[in-house]
Amino acid sequence: MAALNYIPGNEKKLKVIKSNSITFEDDTIRMAEHQLKPEKWVDLYADYLFNYAIGRISDAEVAKDLVQETFMAGLKSAKNYKGDAAERTWLIAILKRKVIDHYRKINSKKGKAEVRMNYSSQTDAEGDWLEEQVADPFSSFENSNIENEELGLAIQSCIAKLPKKQALVFTMKTIQGVSTEDICNELDINPSNLWVMIHRARTALMDCLNQNWF
Amino acid sequence: MISCDKAAIICNKAQYREATFMEKIKLRFHLFMCKTCSKATKENTQLTTLCQKADLHSLTEQEKLKMKQMLDKRD
Repeated sequence: MAALNYIPGNEKKLKVIKSNSITFEDDTIRMAEHQLKPEKWVDLYADYLFNYAIGRISDAEVAKDLVQETFMAGLKSAKNYKGDAAERTWLIAILKRKVIDHYRKINSKKGKAEVRMNYSSQTDAEGDWLEEQVADPFSSFENSNIENEELGLAIQSCIAKLPKKQALVFTMKTIQGVSTEDICNELDINPSNLWVMIHRARTALMDCLNQNWF
Repeated sequence: MISCDKAAIICNKAQYREATFMEKIKLRFHLFMCKTCSKATKENTQLTTLCQKADLHSLTEQEKLKMKQMLDKRD
């Protein structure tokens, strides 16, 4: 999985950390490829993070709060950011912790979390046949769920690459399902303008997905 | 006969079920003649399916604005 950037003639020792990131032993040649731009976070990543959160916590309100907290935490620890992961990856890592913390919190609120070590939920099943519990490898349900979430994130990151106004019109129309009339009123544009923007956004999105998804 | 640009716009409207009956007929006729547009229409429809399948969520502009204000206060 690890992509090795081999630079010919450069015989520096490579150190493998966690099997998927590789750094040079001495830091002199490592450049800070990525920088944080907190003022753009909300525009660029809010929807992406929100989608990620809502895949794990189905409550939209809680998911929104977690995204907010992620940005806060990101700001707070911005000085610890080393620049070897992309901004978005770094934020997702924070969000992941927040999601875990959230589940921990609601569990402790309940008092003692009850842990039952029954491997079967069907208590009335006859016998304890493990074979009955094996996941069905041909079930497309789980796989397609995972795939759909990844697809959602791919689309979201493609939308983030669009020009601001196009992205806005596209999300309002496609995701939030706002009517053409309302969008026109809100953004002060006329319908033909809107359709041209939608057209450009959709063309760019399809190109982007063709590169990143198919 | 309508132009390809017009056909593309109608095709996009059709994706959101906002094309009128007359427009749809014009589009059908154009697609019958124009191979490029029928390919583009196919892709466009595919994008719609993908978007539906992905079950996307997003925050509204007001919510984002609120977030930005919160973050600014923090600085």
